[in-house]
Amino acid sequence: MSEELKVPTMADFMAQGKSPEVLFWVGCSGSFDDRAKKITKAFVRLLNRAGVEFAVLGTEESCTGDPAKRAGNEFLFQMQAMMNIELLNAYEVKKIVTACPHCFNTIKNEYPGLGGSYEVVHHTQFLKSLLDDGRLTIEGGTFKGKKIVFHDPCYLGRANNIYEAPRELIQKLDAELVEMKRSRTNGLCCGAGGAQMFKDAEPGDKEINIERSEEALDTGSKIIAAACPFCNTMLTDGVKNKEKEAEVKVLDVAELIANAHDL
Amino acid sequence: MNYLDNIFFAVILALGVGFFAMNVKKLIRNIKLGRDIDRSDNPGERWTNMAMIALGQKKMVKRPVSGILHILVYVGFVIINIEVLEIVIDGLFGTHRIFSFLGGFYSFLIGSFEILAVLVLFAVIAFLIRRNIIKIKRFIHSDLKGWPKSDANYILYFEVVLMTLFLLMNATDFQLQYRNFPHYIQAGAFPVSAVVSPIFDGMADNSVWVIERTCWWLHIAGILVFLNYLYFSKHLHILLAFPNTYYADLNAKGKFNNLDSVTAEVKLMMDPNADPFAAPANADPNAVPEKFGAQDVQDLNWVQLLNAYTCTECGRCTSSCPANITGKKLSPRKIMMDTRDRLEEVGKNIDANKGTFVPDNKTLLNDYITPEELWACTTCNACVEECPVNISPLSIIMDMRRFLVMEQSAAPQSLNAMMSNVENNAAPWPYNQQDRLNWKNEN
Repeated sequence: MSEELKVPTMADFMAQGKSPEVLFWVGCSGSFDDRAKKITKAFVRLLNRAGVEFAVLGTEESCTGDPAKRAGNEFLFQMQAMMNIELLNAYEVKKIVTACPHCFNTIKNEYPGLGGSYEVVHHTQFLKSLLDDGRLTIEGGTFKGKKIVFHDPCYLGRANNIYEAPRELIQKLDAELVEMKRSRTNGLCCGAGGAQMFKDAEPGDKEINIERSEEALDTGSKIIAAACPFCNTMLTDGVKNKEKEAEVKVLDVAELIANAHDL
Repeated sequence: MNYLDNIFFAVILALGVGFFAMNVKKLIRNIKLGRDIDRSDNPGERWTNMAMIALGQKKMVKRPVSGILHILVYVGFVIINIEVLEIVIDGLFGTHRIFSFLGGFYSFLIGSFEILAVLVLFAVIAFLIRRNIIKIKRFIHSDLKGWPKSDANYILYFEVVLMTLFLLMNATDFQLQYRNFPHYIQAGAFPVSAVVSPIFDGMADNSVWVIERTCWWLHIAGILVFLNYLYFSKHLHILLAFPNTYYADLNAKGKFNNLDSVTAEVKLMMDPNADPFAAPANADPNAVPEKFGAQDVQDLNWVQLLNAYTCTECGRCTSSCPANITGKKLSPRKIMMDTRDRLEEVGKNIDANKGTFVPDNKTLLNDYITPEELWACTTCNACVEECPVNISPLSIIMDMRRFLVMEQSAAPQSLNAMMSNVENNAAPWPYNQQDRLNWKNEN
């Protein structure tokens, strides 16, 4: 744990006349939200462990514009997008990895039409490729035989058809991957997408995150795996609401792997 | 046979088809009220989608019970319609069972139609039970109060009547063939109606003939009435599912379109050399600037309007919508039904005003769909994923949100706060951009 994180910026690389293998797009949650920062650090530890030459934009990064776009503010979205694209193109970025499915979706799908075309991968895909290439190994010990239930983030699953990468990572931990009643294409939203993260829900009988958390708890799994900082927040709140936070942990897939390494 | 029958047949056929054609023209005109959108790319993938999803019912079987029952009705409907072709020829030319020269193959066809007819009856009765006795949640949902609920039942009753007429027609025909009644040549195999046929055993030849003719006429008249019912019903999906799956969005579901009109403005804003007062080149001084987003049906694109006419109100979208599941007002099915209702209203307005739309102080937004519904959406794409014919309620929700935010600045207060944070400090929360890398040194 004491090992210092190596987090070079694009500016550092540029100053040395080099370019990194991949840009890690941290995202607003990953930069500012206390819970999500832990995911960011877990992912960085894995990158450091695997010896990946990555860089972050640091203080030059800014919101992708996703919440503005989904709220209906196309102006603000495109302003953000074009500023980001100018910056990314100036650094000649080719490949981007991010731990946030919302950033992932926006940069991958909506930036190309505005002049920003990059290879964009979600951190679960990137970690899987590190394992496949033998750059990272997983010791399954910590989670061996334990039940882990995976919640599909909408912007990873239905939005981009990525269902297997996070599941394969969990299975590599020798854990017992369990599914909720609604999973993969039928997965139920955590309730945060479409800018809902930033507003109260409309009147109804129940909060969406409670409905989803109940479904996750019904599996009897003590670990709920998420792959999105928003889902993580929503499910963590749901588990607290059910007063199960002492027994049940909501962890990002990157954290599971980092924990397995005792990183 | 006298010629009166044939003339009468030709007249009802012409009326039936003609009236339907007139409504199809209206349907096409209404769909074209939408904004233009280019969906001419990737014809190969589009044909494949149509073949798999509309023709092949791929997404229907995601829910196996209703999916398989639906396939029975669908296959029955399509195949039994070969029989309609024979009926039309017989009716026009006074022949009887004109295709019977096919011999063994004809027997095979008629035999299959009969078995399919029984399967259709079985499935349709199962559907009636699901709707009216088991009362499956998505069928008793508040969206369907009134006409939509009756519409669904009428369609099913209609199918029961048509299939019964078809089987009775065959049963009496079989009797007449057996009795060597003039004109009724021995043709076809009747695995089902042969079982029914004995009920006519004691009846006089002429009575059986009257029943046969009555069933024959009612069957074809029923089909023509049903054809014309389509336009007024949710049942249009039997035709529109095909173009709808062809023209559906092929992009990843997470990709929302970037508004070109906005791109032009943003580029101008970001260009340090742009002259903000310059008049755009070649601008029409009388042009009405394009609205951002959608307030009414004319602001939607034609594919979205086609979607509205295609929706058969099955409610799979609503039953998978996280907002609806948790009791919010939003129902993706209602979004589609409202869009169609408003489009029909606009169409009637145009008809009543000699081809031009006269503003009626109503819009899709507010008069049909409320902001409360629109703001409940999590954009999770469950509705789009679920739709068996690739309708996207989400794209309509998004376009209407865009209107609310960009034309009316009517976002919920908390979203306005989020957006001003993005504008001022490049994050949806009030943190300083200069602190973005602080996590690196925190414990």
